[in-house]
Amino acid sequence: MLLQLHEPGETPGPHEAEGGLAVGIDLGTTNSVVAIARGGEVEVLRDGEGRGLVPSVVFYGEDGQVVVGDSARSQILEAPDHVVSSVKRLMGRGLEDVKALAGTLPYQVEPAAEGGMVRLKVAGRVLTPVEISADILRAVKARAEEALGKGVDKAVVTVPAYFDDAARTATKDAARLAGLDVLRLVNEPTAAALAYGLDNAAEGLYAVYDLGGGTFDVSLLRMEKGVFQVKATGGDAALGGDDIDHAIAEHFLAERAGVLGEQPITAGEAKQALMVGRIAKECLTRQPQGEWMIEVDGKPSRHRLDRAALDALAEPFIARTIAICRGVVEDAGIDVADIHGVVLVGGSTRMPLVRARVAEFFGRPPLADINPDEVVAVGAALQAEALTAGSDTLLLDVTPLSLGIETMGGIVEKVIPRNQPIPVAMAQEFTTYQDGQTAMAIHVVQGEREMVDQCRSLARFVLRGIPPMAAGAARIRVTFTVDADGLLTVAAQETTTGVEQQVAVKPSYGLSEEEMAQMLRDSLEHAREDMERRLLTESVVEARRATLAVKSALAADGDLLSEGERQAIDAAIEGVEQAIAASDRDGVDAAVEGLEAATKGFAEKRMDRGIRQALAGVSVERLGDALGDGPQGD
Amino acid sequence: MNASAAAASVVSCWSCKGPVAGRALFCSVCGAVQGPGAVDHFTRLGLAPGFDIDLGQLERQYFGFQRRLHPDRFAGKSPREKALSQQQATALNEAYETLKDPLKRAAYLLAHRGRPVDLTACGTINDPELLMEQMEKREAIAEAESLDDITRLSAEADAEVLACQCHISAAFNAGDLDAAGHLTLRLKYLAKLAEDARSRKARIARAR
Ligand SMILES: Nc1ncnc2c1ncn2[C@@H]1O[C@H](COP(=O)(O)OP(=O)(O)OP(=O)(O)O)[C@@H](O)[C@H]1O
Ligand SMILES: [Mg+2]
Repeated sequence: MLLQLHEPGETPGPHEAEGGLAVGIDLGTTNSVVAIARGGEVEVLRDGEGRGLVPSVVFYGEDGQVVVGDSARSQILEAPDHVVSSVKRLMGRGLEDVKALAGTLPYQVEPAAEGGMVRLKVAGRVLTPVEISADILRAVKARAEEALGKGVDKAVVTVPAYFDDAARTATKDAARLAGLDVLRLVNEPTAAALAYGLDNAAEGLYAVYDLGGGTFDVSLLRMEKGVFQVKATGGDAALGGDDIDHAIAEHFLAERAGVLGEQPITAGEAKQALMVGRIAKECLTRQPQGEWMIEVDGKPSRHRLDRAALDALAEPFIARTIAICRGVVEDAGIDVADIHGVVLVGGSTRMPLVRARVAEFFGRPPLADINPDEVVAVGAALQAEALTAGSDTLLLDVTPLSLGIETMGGIVEKVIPRNQPIPVAMAQEFTTYQDGQTAMAIHVVQGEREMVDQCRSLARFVLRGIPPMAAGAARIRVTFTVDADGLLTVAAQETTTGVEQQVAVKPSYGLSEEEMAQMLRDSLEHAREDMERRLLTESVVEARRATLAVKSALAADGDLLSEGERQAIDAAIEGVEQAIAASDRDGVDAAVEGLEAATKGFAEKRMDRGIRQALAGVSVERLGDALGDGPQGD
Repeated sequence: MNASAAAASVVSCWSCKGPVAGRALFCSVCGAVQGPGAVDHFTRLGLAPGFDIDLGQLERQYFGFQRRLHPDRFAGKSPREKALSQQQATALNEAYETLKDPLKRAAYLLAHRGRPVDLTACGTINDPELLMEQMEKREAIAEAESLDDITRLSAEADAEVLACQCHISAAFNAGDLDAAGHLTLRLKYLAKLAEDARSRKARIARAR
């Protein structure tokens, strides 16, 4: 039994007045989509020709020109060295990761100076995946603004559920660079479930199988009366349609080498071969067979492929997705038969082989009455509206991967296991291993394996100032906190002495704060004003909170004040309101401080009265929405 | 509630600075969300403390509180309100995760009643009888080859888990914390066994 409680603080603020609109963005490996929800009705924002998908492809001209989308994609054949596609696969990744993917990704990589995020050489420029993604987001934002005829400055951006912390942070950074305030990062399968569930009033346990261009995710969710509770999630952040394109391209090149002999191929030719592979794959969804042509060094060759041969090439990848599905079902501790339905998301789920394998594993035909390309953006848009205009639906997501710390011998000690509902905070105690040790290196990793080198390095930092003690005597408490965006923060404290260190986390594959600040300065024409505007908005939000609080207090306990006291407070409120109207941040901050000072005595009188009333036995319930007083009563 | 306890339970709201009940979620005057405070998991979810809980009710309470306190409800609010809502939602998740699992619930209740058991004590079983029993069963599961055999073993293991939970409930109801502690340790091994049986069964079923 829940207490029926009034919620005076729940009235949604005047967001409309506060600048731009809030949209939902699916930033995909292959395609990006932007949508907006108004009154629960969702509209996918399209270009003049009605296309909702923006290919996530960027063309960089010699003259600094940047083109995103269909026109950039058409340049792949003409000017392959100027075009970047599938950059999402590089988000939050280091040079070593990219080497591991070597071959699958025809990029020219700049060996980064000292670890950190990989950098690409494109048309004479050196760019990080964050900057390239920001270019895509800028184009998507521009499309939305054109379609809506209004500024857009807030967004819910989706990420693969299986994205690690570095990739999530990189995505948020990219949005910031594009001038978007990220209301929330939402996992792609969860967004799809939201869109599907609200549309179909679905109830029960559902699986979302999302196979896109570069990533695979599967999530098991319970949907019930507006609650979307993720039970377990799994995936592979580097498994998707791209891999199948690659297998086809390899196959064609091998056929060709069999006839024409081995030939070295350029990065540009590789990009072309991949594109042919993709076209062949997509055609074979509709037709049983076909013939395609590739060209190396000016010499063309023709290649036949039928669906059976495609299936043989694709099978290993699909088998991997099914193995992951099996793991997720086991993690959730449920029986496949308990699953009410399987929702297909992502362009690659159009492949007949995928549908057959999914149907076979889940023992039922998948639900495909939704548009697999747009459903994620639709969910993101619904969530953007929920966050700004308020809503009754609830998304409860989980950590996709375990988070831990390196201990002696390179073994990982898990601090937060996978599939924990977020937000979550968990702590673990560690100790020193040498007498008199005063510092401790902390290495944060993410992944399921036992050894550090098989997990992903997220960050390293050093806790200093540990008082010298015998080995094993110090108690270092390391707390991991994961917020609702799935982003991690780490704090460390020596508990026997209470020494708490301000720890600077150096992200292993991210951008440092300075790099980010520099990029913001470089990329935003109005970086300065933009920053100022953000700070002003923050101050105004705080000032509104403070004035509302005082006004509520006056309404409740105004009788405690003399005429003069009342006038002083009213004047202070007036001061804050004038400062807000004048859009002057320093003025706003000063006025809020003035208000605090002016209400100090009032607050004391109110506390006195509250305590007196409590002593006199007035129900404490009057003093707030009591927690947990339900079943036991007061 | 007596008068001094009532007075002690009144704190100052961080936002409007007026009086608010120590366990309030929101200030009744200005509506600001309050911090999660140090209450036990049962109280936090509005449930009577005890081993026997209605899982349906647990879930309804959890969803109900999350609906009001989850950070998604505070997206446009001030940083302080966002942070408090995150703390509240974190505390709710911890309470829910602990109480929904019989093993964690039993261990938590024992600690709550001042009789903690150490479930992390790595693998060592001090009770020779329990040790023998576990070893035999583990062996039987590892050696099972036919689907029929493993299905039977898995069902047996599940039944033992349930039986043990009933005994734990009886022990708590009788106020016998020693027995409850003992049985909770036993439940840990039985649950592990049931899980092993389930995954072995899945493996055998797949291989067919
Ligand atoms: N008819 C089709 N048959 C087979 N594959 C297709 C078809 N249409 C699209 N695809 C594939 O779907 C993939 C793109 O899907 P989608 O747009 O859902 O990915 P994305 O959202 O950009 O990627 P991700 O979600 O992995 O970041 C590409 O690999 C594309 O080749
Ligand atoms: Mg996608």
